[in-house]
Amino acid sequence: MTAWLIALRAIVLREALRFLQQRSRFFAALVRPLVWLVVFAAGFRAALGLSIIAPYETYITYEVYIVPGLCGMIQLFNGMQSSLSLVYDQETGSMRLLLTSPLPRWWLLFCKLLAGVAVSILQVYTFLLIAGLFGITLPLMGYILAFPALILSGLMLGSLGLVISSTVKQLENFAGVMNFVIFPMFFLSTALYPLWKMAESSDLLRDICALNPFTHAVELIRFSLYQSFNGEALLWVLGSFAVFMAGSVIGYDPARGLVRRKSR
Amino acid sequence: MNPLSVRNVTFRYGSKTALDDVSFDLDAGRFCALLGPNGAGKSTLFALLTRLLVTREGSITVAGHDIATRSRDALARMGVVFQQQTLDPEMTVLQNLRYFAALQGLSGKQARGKIDAALDRLAMRERAGEKARNLNGGHRRRMEIARALIHDPGVLILDEPTVGLDTGSRHAITAHVHDLADAGLTVLWATHLVDEIRDSDDVVVLHQGRVIRHDTAQNIAGHRPLVDAFMDLTGGEPAQ
Repeated sequence: MTAWLIALRAIVLREALRFLQQRSRFFAALVRPLVWLVVFAAGFRAALGLSIIAPYETYITYEVYIVPGLCGMIQLFNGMQSSLSLVYDQETGSMRLLLTSPLPRWWLLFCKLLAGVAVSILQVYTFLLIAGLFGITLPLMGYILAFPALILSGLMLGSLGLVISSTVKQLENFAGVMNFVIFPMFFLSTALYPLWKMAESSDLLRDICALNPFTHAVELIRFSLYQSFNGEALLWVLGSFAVFMAGSVIGYDPARGLVRRKSR
Repeated sequence: MNPLSVRNVTFRYGSKTALDDVSFDLDAGRFCALLGPNGAGKSTLFALLTRLLVTREGSITVAGHDIATRSRDALARMGVVFQQQTLDPEMTVLQNLRYFAALQGLSGKQARGKIDAALDRLAMRERAGEKARNLNGGHRRRMEIARALIHDPGVLILDEPTVGLDTGSRHAITAHVHDLADAGLTVLWATHLVDEIRDSDDVVVLHQGRVIRHDTAQNIAGHRPLVDAFMDLTGGEPAQ
């Protein structure tokens, strides 16, 4: 095994260990989407009528519509949680240890990212299993086809978290990030309402939602869960991932990045 | 070739100059104290040595490898102990050592023997399964030193490693690292505590971002205590 893969394995195992030690975090991450599914969606079921839109081939209930968005929500929160743990790592010094490893910095950051994505995918499938128990089932192949989509969306949202962690100076500042990143990204997306529904309210709102990378992550998950392919969403997710990853590599580059400014 | 060479390094935070034309070499197998009062620039130099900051003016080489252009080769030849404790408190002693070995690219098989030797050296084999949070400050520090040596570096650099330790632990850590230097390891030990330095040690005195003296402690002290010589050199800024 090369040094790169040895480091990848160690970083993923460390994250898995943290995950096992923080089981309450795992369950807390599931409670949020389940409340949306069971309480919020059930309440809106009567109020919101959804016409047939791709990838659906028939009328669907609101609970069914909201499931891919909630999968995205889990990954969005997980990405921010990983970013929070990076800020914690910076405060405790273990980030320094990581960054003085004789491996490329971008690879070390990518390893951290992959470790977080693995945890988020586990959470998503657990959520889908519980949603199935509530009668919201998906095509069997959809569960399999969603896997690569979840990896890509997880990478995109995790790399966004990385960029943010390179800018946040202290753990205490993180609450502000949550308010200014997570909530706008989630609510200004197709997680809760389709774009045409947004357009009924305002064209500007629809345009903002259409430009939100999280919208495309949700659509990529939605289409793959229903065995369809959404090329536009894929390009958006890949493009956003490339931009966020480049931003995080710059952010953690001691020559150019924000970490340099933070160390002052 | 010197194990560590710092050449004409200048570093600024905006308009404030933290290091001004700093140059010194470490000789192989020597214990060198980087001595300076708080704010002298030790931590900045340490960040440059470990590439947490990038050298823009001047150069730093480790075993001939430039830290700016060949950072991976340079870092692979350097063991680092930060001032801030960097053990993961939720991981066991063994897990911490394995994690670090993997970050250095050592496979499980390669790391096993080195980790066993480190645990034996520290007499901590029985505590290998304990979480790092249960170790006292002195043991944690010794663990960090052992961890920094797992990949057999030629140079060990430590940034004020005794900060926050009780007197007994402080003396034990200082003696331990001197023993490592006696055994052939090159050591750079950043400190503001004069009593951690022995007469035969090399000393680089850093003050207001400049190297104002580089000699053995004995030569710097002359017939006075080293602390008095240091006070004279720094214009009265106290070492402890």
